[in-house]
Amino acid sequence: MIPRHLVISVAVMLVLVVTMGIYARRMRRQARELESPATTALPVVPPVSGRTEVVTLYVADDAAGSLRPQSAQIPLPGGRQQRAEELLRALLRVYQQPGAAHPLSAASDIRSVYLVEPGLAVIDLNAAFADEHRSGILTEQLTVNSLVETLAANVQGVQRVRILVDGKARETLAGHADLSDVFDVQTLMH
Amino acid sequence: MPFISKKTFASLLGILFFAMAAVVATAPQVQEKQLSVYAPVATYTLPVLDRSGHEYVGLLELLEPLGRVSSQTAGGRWGIRYNSVDGNFAAGKSRGKVRGRDFDLGAPFLIENARGFVPLASLGNLLPKFLGTAVDFHQNGRRLFVGQVGIEPSFHLESGPQPRLVLSFNGPVNPTISTEPGRVRMLFKRDPVLSPGSQSISFADKIISQATYSENNGAAEIDVVASSPLLATYSNSGKTITLAAAPTETQAGQGGTGPPAVSSGPSTPKVTPPPGNTPPTIRHPVIFVDAAHGGDERGAALTDQLAEKDVTLGFARLLRHELELRGFAVQMSREGDTTVPLDQRAGSANAGQAVAFITLHATSQGNGARVYTALLPREGESKGVFRAWNGAQQQALAVSAMVATAVVNELKVRKMAGGAAAASLRPLNNVLMPAVAVELAPGPTGAADLGSATYQQQVASAIADGVVSVRDRLGVQR
Repeated sequence: MIPRHLVISVAVMLVLVVTMGIYARRMRRQARELESPATTALPVVPPVSGRTEVVTLYVADDAAGSLRPQSAQIPLPGGRQQRAEELLRALLRVYQQPGAAHPLSAASDIRSVYLVEPGLAVIDLNAAFADEHRSGILTEQLTVNSLVETLAANVQGVQRVRILVDGKARETLAGHADLSDVFDVQTLMH
Repeated sequence: MPFISKKTFASLLGILFFAMAAVVATAPQVQEKQLSVYAPVATYTLPVLDRSGHEYVGLLELLEPLGRVSSQTAGGRWGIRYNSVDGNFAAGKSRGKVRGRDFDLGAPFLIENARGFVPLASLGNLLPKFLGTAVDFHQNGRRLFVGQVGIEPSFHLESGPQPRLVLSFNGPVNPTISTEPGRVRMLFKRDPVLSPGSQSISFADKIISQATYSENNGAAEIDVVASSPLLATYSNSGKTITLAAAPTETQAGQGGTGPPAVSSGPSTPKVTPPPGNTPPTIRHPVIFVDAAHGGDERGAALTDQLAEKDVTLGFARLLRHELELRGFAVQMSREGDTTVPLDQRAGSANAGQAVAFITLHATSQGNGARVYTALLPREGESKGVFRAWNGAQQQALAVSAMVATAVVNELKVRKMAGGAAAASLRPLNNVLMPAVAVELAPGPTGAADLGSATYQQQVASAIADGVVSVRDRLGVQR
């Protein structure tokens, strides 16, 4: 005959195993729900308030290997610097739409844009922008051209652009496009 | 009492030292043994080791230019994977396993510095097991032909007062031509030239009497015996070499221009110029081919298993072959999976005085190939003759654009997608000579094409033909 205490111990262990299984399953579902908004959700409300203006975004198209001008109505704040930041964020949202012609990671963001001296703009991208960017000469160059041309077309006086990543100088965007120098807007647009 | 004094002993030691130094300094240079490998994707040479009476060659180094290869060493065992074929060998054992089956090397396997070496004599049977294709191994001449790459010569003598010996090849060749009294030597180091059938051919001519073929230490040699100086001319895109009796001094004075000549004067490794000109050495224009990325820097992940650095290296080797067939010398930025800084790549190209710089990349997006010229940044400060490093390309940019257009045109001739653009891609802006980047994109069957030697060769030949079409602009004489 099996001792009583042994039967009780086995029963308790069985209950514990089943409970832990249910708990683990629930935790996994919660984790999945937490992950999904970060990769798929896009801001549905404009992040800033301000007068809505019509701007021209230079949007990259991988298949065509070129930029195409695209008009957009976005709310822009009054300050020049904030205006530049929101402009590039609006451009970024185009690339983060499902089925974009030049997809960028949903985690990509513009940390800041600094207008440091007459003619020079410094775009500070977040680390995910570069880390999760697809690698290749064409795709990286299109991103650079799109940022620079959009900025130059909508913020008066921008002649040169420097791109930083996470506040620091970086050699390349994703292995190809050289970010160590200042981009000359005139040279780049020709 | 000592046998000799300390002073005498020191003197003897000094004499001995100087004698040894003199012997070392005057000893003739022993020519290193080497194996030449001719394959559709690459032509290369490898050092051959002598160990215990056998000749050995590194198996990883031998297979590396031909496909994806990796090796591992554990104790006395050495394993290699070439594409999907595994080989396992043990140090000191002559039996190993290839594709899971026993293979007899005929001599012990050798491991030195974690590198695995196989006896040279085993290559004829061993390589087909890895490559899945036939090889033709000329062991005495240390020449290995992978696939149908051989170039066959044929001889035709046109007798007369000015006899001409026409050597025709079924592919372009680029031998080093030198002369010795009474004969002309043509050394084929990188051309897969085969025997014409007979080692020696005699001609019923008073001036050109005999031609002999031989192979030695990874090179083929054709010697032509002649009783008077001969002129050598290339024609038919390097597929024909004509040796003709040189005109006499009187004739030369009347002529002025003519083909390159080889005189039968004192021994010289040069092809002498047309009579009446200063004797220069014929130097092949150098193209710098840069296989982008490498070593720690993998570049883009083109597929789950294909890294950009591996594709660029294979692509660069193919391009080297194509350029050499068209009469260029090629300097490579890297020959293996090594990390080479961008500044070093540009520095080597500038120092080597290349006439053009071609950097090769690959991407999994788009199709065909795109060609880029430098998108120059705002130039740094130039001081006198010293150009700013980031703007070194400035003066060559116009010719770079011509090269890019020429390559795109050649891609279109081959019905491949292509386009030209400017990109801020280092080290394009750091090189002084015309420079382009070519980004290989997938072919008709997708990203898998990126690793296909056939597809890469199509693009490589388009690049080489593009360069040839603008060679005048590169300052290269036809």
